[in-house]
Amino acid sequence: MRRRHLLSALVLLAVGVGIWPGAGPVAAAPIGDAERGALLFARQCSACHQLGKGAVNRVGPQLNRVFGRTAGSVEGYKYSKSMARMGSDGLVWTLDTLDAYVENPRSLVSGTRMAYRGMKDAEARSALLAYLREWSDKPQNIPEAEPTARASGLVLDPAILAIQGDPDFGEYLSSECTTCHQRDGSDQGIPAITRWPTEDFVAAMHAYKRKLRPHPVMQMMAGRLSDEEIAALAAYFTTLD
Amino acid sequence: MTLSRRTFIATGLAAGSVLHAPVVFGQSRPKVVVIGGGAGGGTAARYLAKDSKGALDVTLVEANPIYTTCFFSNLYLGGFRDFESLQHGYDGLAASGVTVINDTATAVDRQARTVTLAGGQVLSYDRLVLSPGIDFKDGSVPGWSLADAEVMPHAYKAGPQTQLLKQMVEAMPAGGTFAMVAPPNPYRCPPGPYERISMVAHLLKQTNPTAKILVLDPKDKYSKQALFEEGWQRHYDGMVTWVGPDFGGGSVEVRPAAMEIVVDGEVQKVDVCNVIPGQMAGKIAQIAGVTDDSGWAPVDPASMQSKLDANVWVLGDSSAQGDMPKSAFSANSQAKVAAMAIRGELTGSRTFPAKYSNTCWSLIAPEDGVKVGASYEPTPDKIASVHSFISQTGEDAALRKVTFEESLGWYAGITADIFG
Repeated sequence: MRRRHLLSALVLLAVGVGIWPGAGPVAAAPIGDAERGALLFARQCSACHQLGKGAVNRVGPQLNRVFGRTAGSVEGYKYSKSMARMGSDGLVWTLDTLDAYVENPRSLVSGTRMAYRGMKDAEARSALLAYLREWSDKPQNIPEAEPTARASGLVLDPAILAIQGDPDFGEYLSSECTTCHQRDGSDQGIPAITRWPTEDFVAAMHAYKRKLRPHPVMQMMAGRLSDEEIAALAAYFTTLD
Repeated sequence: MTLSRRTFIATGLAAGSVLHAPVVFGQSRPKVVVIGGGAGGGTAARYLAKDSKGALDVTLVEANPIYTTCFFSNLYLGGFRDFESLQHGYDGLAASGVTVINDTATAVDRQARTVTLAGGQVLSYDRLVLSPGIDFKDGSVPGWSLADAEVMPHAYKAGPQTQLLKQMVEAMPAGGTFAMVAPPNPYRCPPGPYERISMVAHLLKQTNPTAKILVLDPKDKYSKQALFEEGWQRHYDGMVTWVGPDFGGGSVEVRPAAMEIVVDGEVQKVDVCNVIPGQMAGKIAQIAGVTDDSGWAPVDPASMQSKLDANVWVLGDSSAQGDMPKSAFSANSQAKVAAMAIRGELTGSRTFPAKYSNTCWSLIAPEDGVKVGASYEPTPDKIASVHSFISQTGEDAALRKVTFEESLGWYAGITADIFG
């Protein structure tokens, strides 16, 4: 089963490279190395996702024209509750949001079903995104198409993750969360915030702060939290069962 | 000497037999009395007791053994919720260590630091938290007084008034008129009157589609106006007429005995009249003498401490703090800042800079929810808005549905946060 998927993906891949060999009028500001991206896609993504001519939904949704698409909107694909909620909230796949998602899927969509632990290397992600971008609308065809040039400086600084938070401060700050989010982990209408891995929590708060995650209340709440305050909240939440 | 748990118990027992140590211990705990068991007072009492882990003696005075939330009471009017779903008991607060007394505070002696209850009990305090919500200004709507509320209900303190208003709407004759006299600023729950109009319209659309709704408003603009106007047109086209001050909405007299309203001199017969009068801080805040000429209680933006008495805190609707709307969310947010500050003063626990926030969801029609919110920071003069957002007109149905579902999650979340 797996082998067959891989083979079909490789066929699609060959078609892809054949049509867009990676050079052309937009090559002046490339996102990354699309050829390397094609290999990464074949190795790490194609077991579940198809891309290219004739791509269909498999374990994951097909990824043609993913740039500019609203999250959770591929017809006929059954998404997780979390991904559907993000789509309704207005998450759109752009270079920035895809980059954050591929880096750490749960930082952007907490309850995603995508069982992929993330691609930490920024250059590798750039390559993969360059390849994904080949199969979305082209600026020369549609002027409003997503950019083909990479935004810079959006990767979470490891120094931010290294901050040791003050759990007492975090406990006070967390009282602002519990006006809406319940400590017992209820997930009706408003997502649960308990039992998050620390790193995912920090990444998620920064994703709201950077407005990669779309929700207006959370963008406002996280938007005024300093790096230390986010670390404090993370330190407090890890003390909960 | 370090006391282990075992030696502590042994010492306590030995001393207790001679000196009645437990009583002495009990009296030595600093006392906080909280008046009002809603979003402000309930939250403050619970956080004070829970976070001090027994170091504070916290007493909550609330008249009703079962509290009915004013927030979401419009959804009951619209048929989206049972009345019982708005009701909450105080067992959770008691379990957090709060002593709950179901009585009404009738006097505060700020010199002696005591509160007298209607039942005669006198409570002493080290710090007093007042969170009594709103009361209505006499003479705010000519022709109406509180005695008329059985005929022209305000339904702006949830409870029997809310049920009465719903019964009246359900009993309206075919093609009848529902009138609302909307309140002047500032008042509890800025979008509340307009969400109520939406809910009444929803109810009438199903049972009495030729009925009319008339809103008489002394304000020339109101919260979420564009969203409500869009929604009324989309869902209840032609049913709702809003009359602002330019057309007499600000000069309304009511005649409860005749079920008439007089708008700019013109008499009109109505079938239901919901009078939401001008408001001021809850009576006990007036009695305690912590309100100013505005009728509200001025507080320190950094802590919610009364500007007129350093031993008194005023939360929620009753407080005059600046930019925050009078809402359950605001009261809950302010209560956490106050609880932290009071605990810091009385037990020496750590304190942190105040953060405040608010979000208000409103329902316009089934699964058509909207929201508005802001974050706030204390400045020397007032609590000031720093960031805000609001739902947009023309949003798609999926987003509005998610927003409504989110409001249900918020209700479950905040009531758990207040009542435990």
